[in-house]
Amino acid sequence: MVAKRSLMRRILVVDLPMVLILTFALGPYIWMFITSITPQSQLFTTGPSIASATIEHYVRLFRTVGFFNNMVHSFIVAGGTVVVGLTVSVTAAYAFSRFRFPGRRFLLLQFLVINMFPIVLLILPLFVLFRILGLLDTHFALIIANSTIAIPFSVWMMTSYMNGIPKSLDEAAMTDGCSRLGALWRVVLPLCVPGIIATGIYIFITAWNEYLYALTLGGRNVRTITVAVQTLIGEYEVEWGLLTAGGIVGALPATILFLLVQRRLISGLTRGAVKG
Amino acid sequence: MSPHDKTPPRKGRGGFALGRRVLPLALLSPAVLVTVSIIFVPMLQTAWMSLHEYVLFRPNAITFIGLENFAAALTDEVFWISLWHTVIWIALTVPAQMVLGLVTALILNQAFPWRPVARALIIVPWALPSVVIALMWVWLYDPNYGILNDFLLRLGLISRSVPWLADPDTALYAIILTLTWQGFPFFAVMILAALQSIPQSYYEAAAIDGASRWQQFWHITLPGISGVLVTAVLLRTIWVANSIDVIFVMTGGGPGYATYTLPLYAFIKARSNLDFGYGSALAVIFTLLLMAIVIIYLRQTAKAIER
Repeated sequence: MVAKRSLMRRILVVDLPMVLILTFALGPYIWMFITSITPQSQLFTTGPSIASATIEHYVRLFRTVGFFNNMVHSFIVAGGTVVVGLTVSVTAAYAFSRFRFPGRRFLLLQFLVINMFPIVLLILPLFVLFRILGLLDTHFALIIANSTIAIPFSVWMMTSYMNGIPKSLDEAAMTDGCSRLGALWRVVLPLCVPGIIATGIYIFITAWNEYLYALTLGGRNVRTITVAVQTLIGEYEVEWGLLTAGGIVGALPATILFLLVQRRLISGLTRGAVKG
Repeated sequence: MSPHDKTPPRKGRGGFALGRRVLPLALLSPAVLVTVSIIFVPMLQTAWMSLHEYVLFRPNAITFIGLENFAAALTDEVFWISLWHTVIWIALTVPAQMVLGLVTALILNQAFPWRPVARALIIVPWALPSVVIALMWVWLYDPNYGILNDFLLRLGLISRSVPWLADPDTALYAIILTLTWQGFPFFAVMILAALQSIPQSYYEAAAIDGASRWQQFWHITLPGISGVLVTAVLLRTIWVANSIDVIFVMTGGGPGYATYTLPLYAFIKARSNLDFGYGSALAVIFTLLLMAIVIIYLRQTAKAIER
């Protein structure tokens, strides 16, 4: 009897509110999905429904609108940003985590502060700069622009991750005759692989989702998926089936990656935030 | 430092000491050089542009005008409108995200069978691209076919469809709701992590002493998460203040100036009017205002790095 009552209580106090919050959190996304599989003819008469599901909008998205190309561009930009962000930040993170040197605190804080600067502060000069260099509308420009977000972030993330690997390990390696760099390469780096993957995926998602840089520094040749989605809104104003299909496709890679690594990612992010 | 660092392996003593001093700097230099050249130099350039009359389609007419752009901003009505909207924007969005995030975290901290699923799914809004978020909320808010109007009409809460984003009185608040939706999972996961670090024994001891649920929350939970709460609020404030992509896609600042915030105004000035001088000045003003919050945040964090 008591058990039954506490179960009822749990459902009322925990499950029910959780369902409500999840409805709020996922409702818009699910609604977007349902809209995207509703036939165009039905959309403005009976409204979105799953009764006569169709993939017509998705077919059109890839056949006529050319969404595949946009995905390739996004993939190149996001992949490039991951490579740049990780290469530059791994050694820096090692230095922050293993050495105490004058200026360490200042430099570490500097990487934190960079992440807080408004994007408008950087977007204007980068546009002028790339225009002078003739690099507007290239993958390179977008990779550099996204790196302004990725590098500071991954330095922090990797530093926090490496702090979790005992120093005694690299010291043992060095007593066995490894150089500092040898210890980094042979001992610390292999242990960091999970952290590197999580950081890399986070950079990928951020770069994939990025919009303002892509809009300003990209153009006709390099049009990423986010810009393509936004262009759809302008061009196919009321064709909500097509628009929502574009939204689903644009969000899919990032969402899947995120759900795959969310556990590790969140623990990394919160650890960084809790400890500073 | 451990004793191993003092015993020089193979190399001479002097070389090792030098290496120990130079090596960290060498390891840092790629990151530092890259950030200096793609972040700090451009930032200085923004400051430089803000002191000039700099319109992109008149590249030969770049003239130094001192602080005139800043003086112009102070008498610019749109500047004050945008600033006011930025204040409303932060003051409503961040607390809304926090309260919703706190409630979510408290529920997620209870034991129930499908907790792992709920915890994974709650993050979804946070992982979506801003453009997609903007797109789907525009669809929800659609005055003719949007589900929100449909829903509210059926409940009888409104008598006819409201053009949420086209009405200057509701547009800003409609976007604030969107941003609350996007940001509350961040609070939820951060607060949840803090909740889980509070030892269960505290609650047990309090329960033995006869503390009510509410007293436990007030005297154990809240102090236990206060540090994280402050950090999260500061981080979110900075982030919410900066985020202009959702507004830009949803309304582009309109109708009229109804959804202009300061960074958006700077962006539109440069993008549409190609007035990079004035746009830069607005960006600089906004950054200086934001720095106040950043500095408070840094004070919090600097202590943590010290260790």
